[in-house]
Amino acid sequence: MPEITERAPATTDGTAPAAAPEAAAAPRSLWGDAWRDLRRNPIFYLSAVLILFLVVLSIWPSLLTGTSPYACDLGRSQQGPGPGHPFGFTTQGCDVYARTVYGARASVVVGICTTLLAAVLGCVFGGLAGFFGGWWDAVLSRIGDIFFGIPVLLGGIVFLSVIKGGSIFTVVLLMAVLGWPQIARIARSAVISAQQQDYVQAARALGASTPRMLLRHIAPNALAPVIVVATIALGTYISLEATLSFLGVGLKPPTVSWGIDISSAATQIRNAPHMLLWPAGALSITVLAFIMLGDAVRDALDPKLR
Amino acid sequence: MGRYVIRRLLQMVPVFIGTTFLIFVMVYALGDPVAAMFGDRTPDPATAAQIRESLHLDDPLWSQYLQYMAGIFRGDFGTAFNGTPVAELMGSAFPNTIKLTLVAFAIEVVVGVGLGIVAGMRRGRLADTGVLVFTLLVISIPTFVTGYLLQYFIGVKLAWAAPAVSSDVAFGELLLPGIVLAGVSLAYVARLTRTSIAENIRSDYVRTATAKGLPRRRVVGVHLLRNSLIPVITFLGTDIGALMGGAIVTERIFNIQGVGYQLYQGILRQNAPTVVGFVTILVVVFLAANLIVDLLYAVLDPRIRYA
Repeated sequence: MPEITERAPATTDGTAPAAAPEAAAAPRSLWGDAWRDLRRNPIFYLSAVLILFLVVLSIWPSLLTGTSPYACDLGRSQQGPGPGHPFGFTTQGCDVYARTVYGARASVVVGICTTLLAAVLGCVFGGLAGFFGGWWDAVLSRIGDIFFGIPVLLGGIVFLSVIKGGSIFTVVLLMAVLGWPQIARIARSAVISAQQQDYVQAARALGASTPRMLLRHIAPNALAPVIVVATIALGTYISLEATLSFLGVGLKPPTVSWGIDISSAATQIRNAPHMLLWPAGALSITVLAFIMLGDAVRDALDPKLR
Repeated sequence: MGRYVIRRLLQMVPVFIGTTFLIFVMVYALGDPVAAMFGDRTPDPATAAQIRESLHLDDPLWSQYLQYMAGIFRGDFGTAFNGTPVAELMGSAFPNTIKLTLVAFAIEVVVGVGLGIVAGMRRGRLADTGVLVFTLLVISIPTFVTGYLLQYFIGVKLAWAAPAVSSDVAFGELLLPGIVLAGVSLAYVARLTRTSIAENIRSDYVRTATAKGLPRRRVVGVHLLRNSLIPVITFLGTDIGALMGGAIVTERIFNIQGVGYQLYQGILRQNAPTVVGFVTILVVVFLAANLIVDLLYAVLDPRIRYA
C-alpha cells in the first residue's frame, strides 16, 4: 500500500517513516540519495569488499601465493591437497591454489574493460539515436539490431575461432562489439525520456547549445539506468569470458584463466574433483560479487520498488 | 495492426541482411576455407585453385554473398567440405536442439514464472528472500560448471538420470540437460516476474478489483498476471534465440548431437558452409521470435494499438 510520506524535493525515497526526519532535511540529488541508500545496504558492503579483494588480487597475485602458476611438476599430477599446496595439483602438476589466485586477473580485467568499452559505445550510439531521433535513430537503431541479432555466445564462438584470437584484447573487443546494443537500447530510451523533461525544454528555450544540453542536462539524468545495466552486465561478461575460454576459443594458455582450468579439469572430474571445484568456486564468487553490486546499485538508483 | 506488421517486417530486412552479411564476411573473408580443408598440409596449388574456382571463392565478396543467399532461399545451404549437404546436417541436428530448447523453455516458464509469482506476492518474506538468494546463485554459477556438477552428482554419483543422452534423444533424457540449459534464464525470468508482480500488486486497478469483491484467484490470475507478464514475455521471446545458441555448451557436456554439436564441429574444422548455414538459421529464429513478441504485445496489452 502506498504511504503518504513527507518528501523532500527531488528525493525518491518514500518508505520508512524512520527515515522521515532525515529525508525532510536538505534536498538531495539522485546521486546523493543513491549513495546514502547504498551505504545502508549490507549487500553493497559485502560485494564491494569482495570486489576490492579481487581487484587487489589481480594487481598483486603474489601477495597471496609465493608459488608460480607455471611451476609445474608432472610427478605430482592430480595429487590432492598437501602441505603448502592447500588446493592440490592439476593434471600438469601445477599448484591449483596458485592458478586460482592468478586466474583472477584475466576475469577482472576482461569484465571491467568489456563493460567500459560496451558502455562507451552504447552511450554514444544510443545517446545520439535518442537525442537526434529521425534518421539518426533509424540508422543507429538498425545497426544496433544487426549486432543484437547475433546471440553473444554464438557470435563470440564464430568470430573468435576465425580470427584465432586468444589475447585478452581480442576477447574484450569482441564481447564489447557484440554487447553494446544492449546498453545502447537503454541509453536511447533514457535519453528520450530525459529529453521530455521540463528542465531540458527550459534549457533548450534558453538557447543552450547542443553539447551543453547533452552533457549538462541530459547525460547526468540518463546515466542511472545505464550504470545499472552495465554493472549487472559486468558479471555476465566475466561468466561469458569463462565460457568462451572453456570452449577453447576465448583466452588461451599461457594466460591463466579459470575458464581454461575448468575446461581441462572437467574431463577429470571423476578422478580429481578438486581441480574443478576451486576455479569454479572462485569464478562463481566473482560473478556473484559483481551481480550483487549491480543489484545494490539498481535498488539505490531505481527506487520504484521500495 | 496490418500496417504495423508490414513495417516491422520491412525493418527486419536490413537487419537480416546486415547480420547474415556480417557472419558471412567474418567466416569467409577472415578465414581461409581451402587451407582449412587441408589441415596442416600445404594444398597443391592447382588443386587449391580448382577448389577455389568451384566454391566461387575468387569472386568478390558481395557476389559470393548474393549467390549464397540465393541458394538459401531455394533451400540449398551449400555442401559441407566432407561432401554432406548442410541441409542434411540441419535435418538431423535441428530436431534434437528444438527438443532440448522446448524442454528448457518449458522449465524456464513454469519454474521461473512460478517462483517469480510466489516471491512477488510475498515480498520481503522468507519465500521472497529464498527465491532471491536462489536466483542469485543460479545466475552466478556459469552454465558449464552447473552442467558438469549436475552430470557428476545426479548422473554419476546418484545415478538418477543418464549422464549422457543417447542417440535417439528421448524427452525423458533431456530433463537434466534441460534444467542445465534453462538455469540462468530461469533465474532472470523469476526475478523479472517478481519485480513486475511486486510493482503491479500495489496498483490501483488491483485494489479496485479486490474492492469490488472479485475472488482472489481472478484478481491474481486475470488482472495482476496479465499486466505483469508483459515484460516477462519480451524476455522469453529474446531468450529463445539465446537458448538455442547456448545449447552449444549443454550439448557438448551431455553429448547431444544437435545444432551446438554440428556448429562446434564446423568451427573446429573451419567448415565455413556449416557454420554460416547454422548461424544464419539461428539468427532467423531469433529475429522471428522478436517479431512474434512484438505482435503478442497487442494481444496482451489492449492499451497498445498499432496504427
